Amino acid sequence: MADRYLSLINSPLGENLASWLKLPRPAALRRYGLGDPLLPGPLLLGGLGGGAASAPGAKGLRDLLVNAGVGVVEATAAGATWEPSTAWADADTDAKWSALVFDATAATSVADLALLRDFLAGGLRRLGASGRVVVLGRAPDGADPVQDATRQALDGIVRSLAKELRNGATANLVLLDTTEAGLAVVESAMRFLLSGRSAYVDGQVIRLGGAAVAAPADWSNPLQGKVAVVTGAARGIGASIATVLARDGAQVVAADLPMAGESLARVANRIGGTSLQLDISAADAPERMIHYANSRFGGVDIVIHNAGITRDKLLANMKPAQWDSVLAVNLETQLRINAALLQPGGLRSGGRVVCLASTSGIAGNRGQTNYAASKAGVIGMVRSFAQSFAERGATINAVAPGFIETEMTSAMPFATRETARRLNSLQQGGLPVDVAEAVCWLSWSASGGMNGQVLRVCGQNLVGA
Amino acid sequence: MTARRAAILGGNRIPFARANGPYAHASNQDMLTATLDGLVARFGLQGERLGEVAAGAVLKHSKDFNLTREAVLGSRLSPRTPAYDVQQACGTGLQTAILVANKIALGQVDSGIAAGVDTVSDAPIAVNEGLRRVLLDANRAKGLAGRLKALAGIRPSQLVPAAPSNSEPRTGLSMGEHQAITTAEWGITREAQDELAVASHRNLAAAYESGFLDDLVTPFLKLSRDQNLRPDATIERLAKLAPVFGTRGPNPTMTAGNSTPLSDGASAVLLASDEWAAEHNLPVLAHFVDAETAGVDYVHGDRKADGLLMAPVYAVPRLLERNKLTLQDFDFYEIHEAFASTVLATLAAWEDDAFCRQRLGLQAPLGAIDRAKLNVTGSSLAAGHPFAATGGRIVANLAKLLHEKGSGRGLISICAAGGQGVVAILEF
Repeated sequence: MADRYLSLINSPLGENLASWLKLPRPAALRRYGLGDPLLPGPLLLGGLGGGAASAPGAKGLRDLLVNAGVGVVEATAAGATWEPSTAWADADTDAKWSALVFDATAATSVADLALLRDFLAGGLRRLGASGRVVVLGRAPDGADPVQDATRQALDGIVRSLAKELRNGATANLVLLDTTEAGLAVVESAMRFLLSGRSAYVDGQVIRLGGAAVAAPADWSNPLQGKVAVVTGAARGIGASIATVLARDGAQVVAADLPMAGESLARVANRIGGTSLQLDISAADAPERMIHYANSRFGGVDIVIHNAGITRDKLLANMKPAQWDSVLAVNLETQLRINAALLQPGGLRSGGRVVCLASTSGIAGNRGQTNYAASKAGVIGMVRSFAQSFAERGATINAVAPGFIETEMTSAMPFATRETARRLNSLQQGGLPVDVAEAVCWLSWSASGGMNGQVLRVCGQNLVGA
Repeated sequence: MTARRAAILGGNRIPFARANGPYAHASNQDMLTATLDGLVARFGLQGERLGEVAAGAVLKHSKDFNLTREAVLGSRLSPRTPAYDVQQACGTGLQTAILVANKIALGQVDSGIAAGVDTVSDAPIAVNEGLRRVLLDANRAKGLAGRLKALAGIRPSQLVPAAPSNSEPRTGLSMGEHQAITTAEWGITREAQDELAVASHRNLAAAYESGFLDDLVTPFLKLSRDQNLRPDATIERLAKLAPVFGTRGPNPTMTAGNSTPLSDGASAVLLASDEWAAEHNLPVLAHFVDAETAGVDYVHGDRKADGLLMAPVYAVPRLLERNKLTLQDFDFYEIHEAFASTVLATLAAWEDDAFCRQRLGLQAPLGAIDRAKLNVTGSSLAAGHPFAATGGRIVANLAKLLHEKGSGRGLISICAAGGQGVVAILEF
């Protein structure tokens, strides 16, 4: 069901009402359309001297952003304020910032945090609609307590700021794991977080390792030449994932149960992919899926484990079949298919696997012990498989959606649905395409810095933080 | 010009529904378009210009004169794909495959789809023949007076529409009544018929369970398996059914359980040259070898030897002779189960010494077949039989069986109204 409150509140009448009654005011989010620039307006860039992103030559991150088509304005600290470069101030003093980006990788002491505070305080006053705040830091490494405390503090700053931002703006933290993790892994994260692709990703910490990654020949077609299999692709989030993968250039195999074949064929035809009717819980399903991809397309590069079911019941009332079927479809099939993908002739080198988890698997949910078990299990599986995948240049990650507007959530009782929708920093439910964008981003070759992680697409939901 | 072998790359059909069931409000064009789109999705043929699409329906509205072309235009195939309609009663589906395969063999096209569709639920109802003449006369008449005079010729009895029927125009007998004569003449027992029907249901149910049909069928209008399929069919249950055909005879044996029900559905088969298949990275399931069509004089001929649905009995030996094969040289036999007794009478005739010598002109009977190789994934008794869609169902099914076996040869035999029969050989 459409979010009618969101449409109302963004009408002239609704704006007045909301302001008078102090109602929550969810914004219409900026979402990506093929060919859109990364940002609609200029980006204010600041940083601590000697940071990873500014080295070498102190221009690394700036050049990366400029090459991506972003209008970058560098700010320099002047006492308690950060001044945009004069060239910019002369050009347009009224413009809104589309994004604030701060390189805090060189932060070593608590005092450094005040510089970040000053930068943000100045920039936030002019942050535009669906603005982006991205802070770049380093993951604590146990080397120095003062430094680790400083690094961890970034987490608190970004998560709290994300809750303060309004008008569709988001704040996220990118942490570089090792000293080798440089700009190559950062570029893909920046392109995701700044663009409309990350509309519903808010208050998240993205940790990047030092994997070798290759930039695509064309960033608007980053999956060109890749073969992707999506399970549960006949409807909802799965259909959206198939659509976004195809938009980004992949040859998509849309898989779903034979029963769902009619809508599956429609999805495949719409995106120029192929339909594969397959019960993934069948014993020979991994073999059939891989054989299909190999014989028809010469291999498989991307597998998206999206198929899942719910059989909600309080634990005391749950029948063994309800327990077993959820764990079988949501977890055991993924375990079996992933194991098969690691065999010779399975996933091609540099492959990507993305598994759908859920915030239920992180925070728990009443009536969903079986579902939460399967989804928490997926998170454990992803972490455990990460090393084996890394050894073949591949990655495996999970995406945990929060409240997403789907057929399933539209069936919720009105009051429960309305509450669930607003319990996040963006005060609205996400759309299937928001999940699809995150899944697709993790499927890019350039996203190799992410491995064994869980990315929440939840608008910074209060639950499961 | 040297001929090349046409390859069968796969197929698609919608589950077959019983008449006036889930597809009651679907037209032939709806079903054929959905079936083509399912095939397009399976093989990634969006926007592809194929050599041709040949399809047809037995029960067809006059407005559907360009049924196949209209379905192509409504599908995701390139609108530059030409199409034409074919009609040869229940032989339509197989005959379209023969036509497309022959054009591929001759190099006239590199790829094509053979298809068929039928609806009994959305059947055409025509104006009474007498009324039609009066209306045409009125149309030709000059002036109001002339028209009124012509229209005054309408009689109440002419207001009754001409309902579709499956009776033979030259005998007035329904197909079931014709087959009842053949059944009695060849002494086909009730038990043998019921046994064949149970095997058909069990084999088809097992095929669904094993996933064999996962890439042959695409659900339609919420139906995901053939509606007529009874996985739990037993001889005991079938034995309780009352005979429905040949009931004026002394010992009627044909029931609703061992006869195919009237059905709605559609099927399509993708054929191509080996080169086209390789260019498109599509595995070849099997090859089309040869085909033969025969007719019998069921109007004036012998009651036993010239039964309405006996034409395949004559077509097969001619096909075997031309290909230097015996009836036993096959790994699979797909004999369309119009009625269980059609299959059994066909097999009985091939085993009958006198018949084979006198009517087929052979030195010896063609002999028995290994029944374990007959309709191994079920046939029309279980799946149902939307007339023109049966050929496509069987061709794709047999091609997949041969592909899974990785070798061998299969025989297809389909009987048709008007005393005709279409038969074909596929090879791995």
